Amino acid sequence: MFAGNPFAELSAFVAPAVMQAYVVVMFLLVVGGTLFDTIHKKSAAYFFGDWRNAKKKGTRAVGGGEMTVLAVQTAAVEVLTSGEFTNSRRRTAHLLTMYGVVIYVVTTVILVFAYPTPATPAPTIIPVLWYLGALMVCVGGYWFWFFIRVDVASEGNSPFRLVRADLFVASLVLSTTFALIWAIFQSAGSTAWAIVFLALYLIATTVLFASIPWSKFAHMFFKPAAAFQRRMEEANGSRRNLPAPAESPATFGSGRREPHNF
Amino acid sequence: MPTFVYMTSCDGCGYCVDICPSDIMHIDTTYRRAYNIEPNMCWECYSCVKACPMHAIDCRGYADFAPLGHSVRVLREEEKATISWKIRFRDGREKNFVSPIRTTPWGSIKPPSDYEVPTADAMSSQELAHEPEALHIDALPALAPERLKQVLV
Repeated sequence: MFAGNPFAELSAFVAPAVMQAYVVVMFLLVVGGTLFDTIHKKSAAYFFGDWRNAKKKGTRAVGGGEMTVLAVQTAAVEVLTSGEFTNSRRRTAHLLTMYGVVIYVVTTVILVFAYPTPATPAPTIIPVLWYLGALMVCVGGYWFWFFIRVDVASEGNSPFRLVRADLFVASLVLSTTFALIWAIFQSAGSTAWAIVFLALYLIATTVLFASIPWSKFAHMFFKPAAAFQRRMEEANGSRRNLPAPAESPATFGSGRREPHNF
Repeated sequence: MPTFVYMTSCDGCGYCVDICPSDIMHIDTTYRRAYNIEPNMCWECYSCVKACPMHAIDCRGYADFAPLGHSVRVLREEEKATISWKIRFRDGREKNFVSPIRTTPWGSIKPPSDYEVPTADAMSSQELAHEPEALHIDALPALAPERLKQVLV
């Protein structure tokens, strides 16, 4: 079941060209939504303003080579391993969801464009990765949704309370959940249920990609830029106006003698 | 000075929500970032400022007595057991302070759960929990209830 290409099976009812057009429209929505978000919220203006301020307040200039090293460090730590999370559970859930999304989206594009019909059978690994990616999103997403979300874990709100901040996570998790259920029903031959869950899958996916100006979708583009900016501020000495690291732990910190004031 | 959050630095981890004794640090429903819902009710304990791993929380004086343009930034270095404060005035002056986070070694304070559950008799005692041993003395001077004189006011 997990080795079958669900889009090839779907091609019996929906023409591959329609599926491909839908993927292209979703891609355009991501590009358009992100650009609109950037202009509307003035994120880019804020980012470059912050960059100029940090450069002005810096105590030393950062060269091109050092900047490249910082970019590589940002990619390795903040982007690839979600290093900015100090909560290990949240970091693990984020990594599961992030890599799940990447695997799921890439394999969806490959299956829809390269292997859209049963006449062009996909190598087994690709549908397996599609299912695996969707499952990873579900595991990371539901773990975050029910146990890690601060408004649920710390504030005690119901996990079923929906607010605008949930738009991205909710639509993403529902999209992959409905995708999995649709694929399972379709491969089991339950056509009626497959159509119901295909419709839900399409609704959740369209909401995910069309709601970018109102959701947190664009954080995947902004966050790496913000992380790189933080590293730059650390390197040029402006340090976001933070105090310098304490120099004398022997006097003030862990190395000092035990107090005898009681 | 009550605290506020730089929402572009906050990652919504919720440490400030957990630690705030006044329960006024909450998560925004639009961006899932922390914010101080009621600065007037802030105890100004700065627990959230110290706990924030992203250094996203700053303090701001009330506008009627503290001119805007200042900043109070905190760096908590647990491995060194130090906490550093940088106060910047709006005329550009800066003051830097370094203090120990605590005066006793890490792990040397027993959490409440490690103590025995007090008996019902403790309710009539004039001593607080773990007194007098927590004060490193043998006994506290206290009036016995029978020596107290009841008077009409």
